[in-house]
Amino acid sequence: MTANFAAVSQPTILSARQLTKSYGRGPEALTVLKEVSFELGAGETLAIVGPSGSGKTTLLGLCAGLDTPTSGEVSLAGEPFSALDEDGRARVRNARVGFIFQNFQLLPSLTALENVMVPLELRSGTASREAARALLDQVGLGSRTHHYPTQLSGGEQQRVALARAFATRPQLLFADEPTGNLDDETAQKVVELIFSLNSAAGTALVLVTHDLELAARCQRTLRLKGGRVLTPV
Amino acid sequence: MSVLKALLDRWTWTMAWRDSQSTRGRLFLFSLSISLGVAALVAIDSLGGSVRQAIGQQAKTLLGADLVVTSRAPFTPQDEEWLGSLGGESARETSFSTMLTTTNGNRLVNARALEGDFPFYGQIETDPTTAAAAFHRGDGVVIEESLLQQFGLKAGDSVRLGKADFQVLGALRKVPGDSVAFGALAPRVYLPERDLDRTGLLKGVSLARYRRYFQLDSKVDAEKWVKEHESELRKRRLETDTVARRQRDLGRAMENLFRFLNLVALVALLLGAIGVASAVQVHLRRKLSSIAVLRCLGAPISATFAIYLAQALALGAAGSLVGIVLGLTASTGLPRLLQGVLPVSIQSQWEWTSAAIGGAVGMGICLVFTLLPLLEIRRVSPLAAIRAAYEPPRRRSLASWVVYGAMALAVAGFSGAQTPHWWEGFAFTGGLAVALGLLAGTATLIVQLARQLARLPLPFVARQGLASLHRPNNRTLLLLVSLGLGTFLIVTLQLTRTVLLEQLFPPGQKNGPNALLFDIQTDQREGLQALFQRLGLPVLNEAPVVTMRLQKVKEVPTEALVRKEGDPRDRGDRPPDWALRREYRSTWRTNLVEAEHLTAGSMSTAFVGEPSASNRVPVSVEANIAKELRVGLGDTLEFDIQGVPIPCVITSLREVDWRQLRPNFYVVFPTGVLESAPAMFLVATHLPDSQTSARLQRELGKAFPNVSTIDLATVLQTLEAILNKVALAIRFMAGLTAGTGVIVLIGAILSGRGQRVQEAVLLRTLGASRFQIREILFTEYAVLGLFSALTGIVLSVAASWALAHFTFEVNYAWSPGVLLAALVSVPLVTITVGILTSRGVADEPPLEILRQEGTG
Ligand SMILES: Nc1ncnc2c1ncn2[C@@H]1O[C@H](COP(=O)(O)OP(=O)(O)O)[C@@H](O)[C@H]1O
Ligand SMILES: [Mg+2]
Repeated sequence: MTANFAAVSQPTILSARQLTKSYGRGPEALTVLKEVSFELGAGETLAIVGPSGSGKTTLLGLCAGLDTPTSGEVSLAGEPFSALDEDGRARVRNARVGFIFQNFQLLPSLTALENVMVPLELRSGTASREAARALLDQVGLGSRTHHYPTQLSGGEQQRVALARAFATRPQLLFADEPTGNLDDETAQKVVELIFSLNSAAGTALVLVTHDLELAARCQRTLRLKGGRVLTPV
Repeated sequence: MSVLKALLDRWTWTMAWRDSQSTRGRLFLFSLSISLGVAALVAIDSLGGSVRQAIGQQAKTLLGADLVVTSRAPFTPQDEEWLGSLGGESARETSFSTMLTTTNGNRLVNARALEGDFPFYGQIETDPTTAAAAFHRGDGVVIEESLLQQFGLKAGDSVRLGKADFQVLGALRKVPGDSVAFGALAPRVYLPERDLDRTGLLKGVSLARYRRYFQLDSKVDAEKWVKEHESELRKRRLETDTVARRQRDLGRAMENLFRFLNLVALVALLLGAIGVASAVQVHLRRKLSSIAVLRCLGAPISATFAIYLAQALALGAAGSLVGIVLGLTASTGLPRLLQGVLPVSIQSQWEWTSAAIGGAVGMGICLVFTLLPLLEIRRVSPLAAIRAAYEPPRRRSLASWVVYGAMALAVAGFSGAQTPHWWEGFAFTGGLAVALGLLAGTATLIVQLARQLARLPLPFVARQGLASLHRPNNRTLLLLVSLGLGTFLIVTLQLTRTVLLEQLFPPGQKNGPNALLFDIQTDQREGLQALFQRLGLPVLNEAPVVTMRLQKVKEVPTEALVRKEGDPRDRGDRPPDWALRREYRSTWRTNLVEAEHLTAGSMSTAFVGEPSASNRVPVSVEANIAKELRVGLGDTLEFDIQGVPIPCVITSLREVDWRQLRPNFYVVFPTGVLESAPAMFLVATHLPDSQTSARLQRELGKAFPNVSTIDLATVLQTLEAILNKVALAIRFMAGLTAGTGVIVLIGAILSGRGQRVQEAVLLRTLGASRFQIREILFTEYAVLGLFSALTGIVLSVAASWALAHFTFEVNYAWSPGVLLAALVSVPLVTITVGILTSRGVADEPPLEILRQEGTG
């Protein structure tokens, strides 16, 4: 009830309408996503669940403007992606969106601190080391600022990725199976961090997972199977 | 535009620097690929600058005077008076061949009787240095240094020229106007002119040259004077030489050499650029996920592109900088190499403009080549960050075609600037493209072949080795192109050198003629025959010679054909002056000799009757001079022998192999015409060794002082020494190319090393021994080396044949030795470098690797 109420009362940050994605053309065409629609209010949390190959990553990619749908429309903060070119979408991503990936995706040749600084530098050309350091402190890595990704464990890398994702104070965080490469205990810590940072900053969250327990922590759940939505939200 | 803006952003450079964190050392190593090419460009250009400057500054010492007037006959009083009106200072010289008699042996020398203060510019260099001044005082003679050494003579000793004795003042080292090589061809002896009479020489000598050296008033321009008085000079049969002409000739020769070397340097640079480009490609392939992540984080395409462009620029700059340092260092050593070949002394100096040009060309070529892999960055989708296997569609974009075009233009532009005609630059570029295409084709073929062969039931290591040639991310193309191109270049240079040497020193002439005696008077023939018998020398050829001049060509008087004042320069519509004016030394016989063959008509038999316009003498003309004179079979010529006109008609054309030192003639008469004309004789013989040569010279000097000798052995030695110096320069360039090839090879192997290590680890966990892993590497590099060598060799045979055929217009000479050496050494070097660079691949601890790769 509360969730629904929140969804209605908050302004919409992300809206997907009739998203379809096909690969290939003609009779060979493979439709991996079919007419998926949903909306997400500011600060709201949504879990996308489904078996492997059901189109979760594809949907996330479309929502983040990393890829273009075959048909349908995605709008972020009221701005439709189809009206933007690739650099325009990049600008929107930098301004409003944070990412965390299953395989962390830290820039291997940058230190933890530098990794956190990059999105800020992209935005304004410079970044304060202090702000980045504070973020690393927040994820409990204040003493590892000058270490390179190879010198960090998986959990630590994902925490750096988290710090990096929150560096620009995004309105929306995308996480694609953020704990998929982590052991249970570490995963648990990372999840706690995601949700605490999330609620502290009031960021909306789109979380892809096949872990139903984790999905249950989100306000809403979108079930995918074979590219279709099973339970409409 | 936005890329430019991004490039100016400090953040781009910061990111580029951070991003290179773990690869900096390796990137620097890759950048060295272009260093040797840049070094070559800088060194050559710097040396060229030094030489140009030296020629400019020392121009006047090229001649030692402002103007030289030469005559084959003594100057007439009228000549003297006319030349006297030129004003300024002047000096006289009479030079002729004669025998120098010493206590330790005799030798034919080039004697020069000098009167006056020549040289007006520069100095006659002697040892001791005071000898030059002593000579000008008239105290004695100075003698070619090599000759003094040969006879063990020193200052203070006595020598004899003709009937006069002279005191040796010192060794002659250098005379302005003569190249060092000149002295080796004909050892020079300077004597004071006033002693000339005393020697009693110059009586029966027909081949003296009379020279007048002028130091003109600064108001008189020698070049202009010569131009204004062209016809007057011609009428008086005087030849001239000026500083400007010397400068031009020398400059032109040097420019050609430098241009050629520049083209070789360009190929080395291109090879290096290909190496850098492929290193950048490998580098970027590793950075794909980083690029995608940056894009996810909101970096625009232009910003990510700019980051890696910045890295490529830095790479080019580093490589060029090292190249500049190397090049400038080399340029200080090169002048020593050219000493003795050039008539000017070169001060080596650091030419900063050369450094700038070399650096800019290096950067430019490197940039254009690296743009190709860089363009791929623009296609990296941010999606790659969340889906690792995402492959961007591979189709050549318009931009990459533009880059290909820019590459071709850059290469064609540079080479076009080096060649006299722009189309030659394009031909060069086209040839290079064909070579590259063939090498790339061979690489594709090998990949296909390896795929097929790997299916055969071969030993495990062989199959694995072959598999490395075709598996994804293989370096087959790059290695084959770089090794093949290197081989191609080096072998071509070597083959061309052989072709040129063969031309000069034809093989299989062990007992052929190697010495020529000329100016033998009719009454000296018997005595000479006796002398030959005594010395055990064969008479390989004897021919009578009659000197004549050309009077008419196809009934047109030669005077009407030669260029008049104000005529345009020869455009090929009439015979060149030298062919019209030269002295024709003709013989008579009715048969062909060994070195000749007919190309048209037939040799005529004995001529009967008096030569007249209605009864023309049938003559045989050498094919080349016929072409120069624009005459053919059936055309008429008229010769003048001491005032007697001899109307002739051409009844045959001959081709002559001038390489054989035989009495060869432009025009051969039939018997029955020239017998009564004043004739001299030419004799060819074979001198088995230098002792016999010295003995013959001695005996000739005693009994037949008017007879001159050309000893081919000595001439060839000198020529070979000069050729060797040029060859050294070429080999230096070839070495640079080979060095570049090896650096590219090392770079290519290193850049594939990560994958190698992983495979080795995997194979070892599966039970492969280290030795087997080395065998696998061996197979791979052996195949690569062998095919590179083969392709390179085929290409170089084609190129050297084309060079021989079209550029030098000589016969092609096979040199299986060079080909065999390349066939063996290229695979050997490839295997050695390959195994050495892969050292440790089999030793890395597996755990370490697995850890690293987990976070790559
Ligand atoms: N480039 C592509 N071409 C063809 N099919 C693709 C491509 N990318 C993904 N797919 C297919 O789309 C389907 C959905 O993939 P994905 O969104 O990654 O699933 P999930 O993330 O739910 O595991 C899969 O069947 C996959 O094979
Ligand atoms: Mg997925």
